Amino acid sequence: MSKKFLSGNEAFAEGIRLACPQVISAYPITPQTIVVERLSEMVEDGSLSAEYVHVESEHSALSCAIGASAAGARAFTATSSQGLLYMAECLYYASGGRFPIVMMNADRSTALPWNIYGDQRDSLSQLDSGWIQAYAENAQEALDLALMSYKIAEDKRVSTPYMANLDGFVLTHTYETVDIPEREQADKFLPAYETDNRIDFDNPKNMAFSAGPDTNYIFKFKEHEGILAARDVINETEKEFAEIFGREYSGLIEKYRTDDAEYIIVTLGSIAGLCRETADKLRESGVKAGVVRIRYMRPFPNAEIAEVLRNAKAYAVLEKDISFGNEGTVFTNVNSALKKAGVNVSGYNFIGGLGGRNISAGDIENIYNDIINGTDSVNFIGIGGEDNGK
Amino acid sequence: MANKVAESISREEFFYGHKACAGCGGSLAVRAALKVLGPNAVSVLPAGCMSAVGFNFPQLCFSNNSIISTFAGTASMLTGVEAGLRARGFKDFTAVGFAGDGGTADIGIQALSGAIDRNDNIIYICYDNEAYMNTGIQKSGLTPFGAKTTTTPAGSNIHGNLHNKKNMFEIAAAHDIPYAATASIGNIPDFIAKVKKASQIKGTKYIHVIAPCPTGWGVAPDQTVEIAKEVVESGLWYLAEYENGTFKLNYKPKEFSSVEAYLKKQGRFKHLTDDDIQIITASRDKKWEYINRTFEL
Amino acid sequence: MRPYVREKKDFTFDEVPENTSFEAGYLTTVNSGWRSIRPVISTNKCVGCEQCYLYCPDGVISIAEGKAVIDYDFCKGCGICAKICRIGAIEMEAERK
Repeated sequence: MSKKFLSGNEAFAEGIRLACPQVISAYPITPQTIVVERLSEMVEDGSLSAEYVHVESEHSALSCAIGASAAGARAFTATSSQGLLYMAECLYYASGGRFPIVMMNADRSTALPWNIYGDQRDSLSQLDSGWIQAYAENAQEALDLALMSYKIAEDKRVSTPYMANLDGFVLTHTYETVDIPEREQADKFLPAYETDNRIDFDNPKNMAFSAGPDTNYIFKFKEHEGILAARDVINETEKEFAEIFGREYSGLIEKYRTDDAEYIIVTLGSIAGLCRETADKLRESGVKAGVVRIRYMRPFPNAEIAEVLRNAKAYAVLEKDISFGNEGTVFTNVNSALKKAGVNVSGYNFIGGLGGRNISAGDIENIYNDIINGTDSVNFIGIGGEDNGK
Repeated sequence: MANKVAESISREEFFYGHKACAGCGGSLAVRAALKVLGPNAVSVLPAGCMSAVGFNFPQLCFSNNSIISTFAGTASMLTGVEAGLRARGFKDFTAVGFAGDGGTADIGIQALSGAIDRNDNIIYICYDNEAYMNTGIQKSGLTPFGAKTTTTPAGSNIHGNLHNKKNMFEIAAAHDIPYAATASIGNIPDFIAKVKKASQIKGTKYIHVIAPCPTGWGVAPDQTVEIAKEVVESGLWYLAEYENGTFKLNYKPKEFSSVEAYLKKQGRFKHLTDDDIQIITASRDKKWEYINRTFEL
Repeated sequence: MRPYVREKKDFTFDEVPENTSFEAGYLTTVNSGWRSIRPVISTNKCVGCEQCYLYCPDGVISIAEGKAVIDYDFCKGCGICAKICRIGAIEMEAERK
């Protein structure tokens, strides 16, 4: 194992190099560009043996990846924000066809107003597209997700495309020291892609067909079962990953000081670190604070969320997202998990970080204080305060 | 009595049992092309007539490997299929796309342009029936001037479509594509020869075949082939190729047949006035002036 | 070689594929019901020139022993073959229901 000082994008590219995709089709968009630039360099220097297709749009990027996957090849693409929205049609196509493509999405705000900085409105708006959705916190996790993603997506029980989300700039462009697994170990961990969902000259196939009302919903049910099966497969894959590479991951959620926690922030992505630091600080003054980091939004950790929040006095969902006219989408999902499990705990939604706006340690401390004292159901951090969000 | 053209293509049927309208020109183009390319053709068809009539699970009408793409994604999926199969070590196959006029000239033109620009090793066949027939005869970028469609109704104020047909053949050629051709299902030997030629050229190949739709054009099902001959004889369509930087005209009618006769046979042009027909004739003459000046014979 | 009509037409939950790929050329229904007229080949006149075979949109014409033969399961009765035949060897006749 070697160590390198890498940004999130670069770490993800290293993970993809180890996963050996055969076809890469991508279109540049800030802040995703570094990952495709590094991959192009790897193709050029021969350290990655892949077809790099310079497509003319994100729609074509994913359409091309679907074609490659239908040909039986391991396919990769990467995008962000407007690009993810532009390829939206193909997202549903890839999942409906059960093509285990992997995509890195650099989480970024969506226009209008134009903004290139990080929030999670792009990927969270596509929760229903049938993709597994993972959210990395740091560059090491980004690399490890890249390597694990194909093993999870390509598992016969799952056969579902996989979207790994990295917070734009905050994670994609921030450097840290990262362990790079050895090629030999990576090959042992991730075998070549095998499937019968592909073009076959000995037994020709008709693919991506229509299905009428009599069978359509059966296909959809099976698609649902496939992504649900990822719950077990993620756990199995992480176990195997830990045995080979020595790094452990905790499945769909990551818990921090939640065992006896009375006040818990539920969040996702790179902001979790600051939440943990704040929880530590509050614990010193006697507040039983905890943090839950959602690692996978799909399949959604319903049981895990209900279990970890069951004995809390109140929780906050902190997210860089808003479903206009309602509340943050993560909040909706968390509340649904609790309702289904019969857990009745006061919950509050905190919207922050939109368009890359900084979320400070003070903001997070305020969230804990707000849920201790009770506040509005949906809160935009800073709006209405002293500086009214500025 | 041996038929050389019939002998030159596969005896197998690769597009069979489909639910296209009786006399469908598009299905004839797809059938003929696949018989040229043989069992190792991998076809990509966007959402549209030929996918709608051929891929209804469990009635699956392509005997070769075939896949539906998104409407805009014929060319990009072809690229992926070709790259994926090549990456897996396959050499002896042809990635071929069949998209209609709307799928090609409107929603799919960006992906097509990208594929030609990259010179991906694919054959792209546009079966042009001159409107969005699958959705019920709406105007496309390849609907000719004057045609009545459900979105260009012919009334007393507006006589059908006000715009001219986009020139996809020359748009493809302008990319300096290795091979582009026009064809008509009224001349199957010519179409077959062009598909065969395309299959032997490396890089991107574009074939634009006029494929009348009896339903949308308002002709009887048994008229499809004849009207596809007449569109060439009247000079409103032409058979040509682009190769090595030059345009070549394959066929020049000794004398154009009547434009009016061609138009008046079709329900979609019934409403046209003498003035409208004059505009169409003048536009044909202008086009042929250009062809005579710049195309080799 | 042409695809043929399969016996298995209905698919149970377990038989529905896990993904959208299935055997190519799998036919479960015929098209003969579409016809109001049917082409009838005069074997005396037919010289096996194969023009009808080349122009049939449905590919239902084949040549056996030098004569055109029609697969009436899939012929839709469009009449293109009768029009294309230069020697009048194909007549369209009303379909007897």
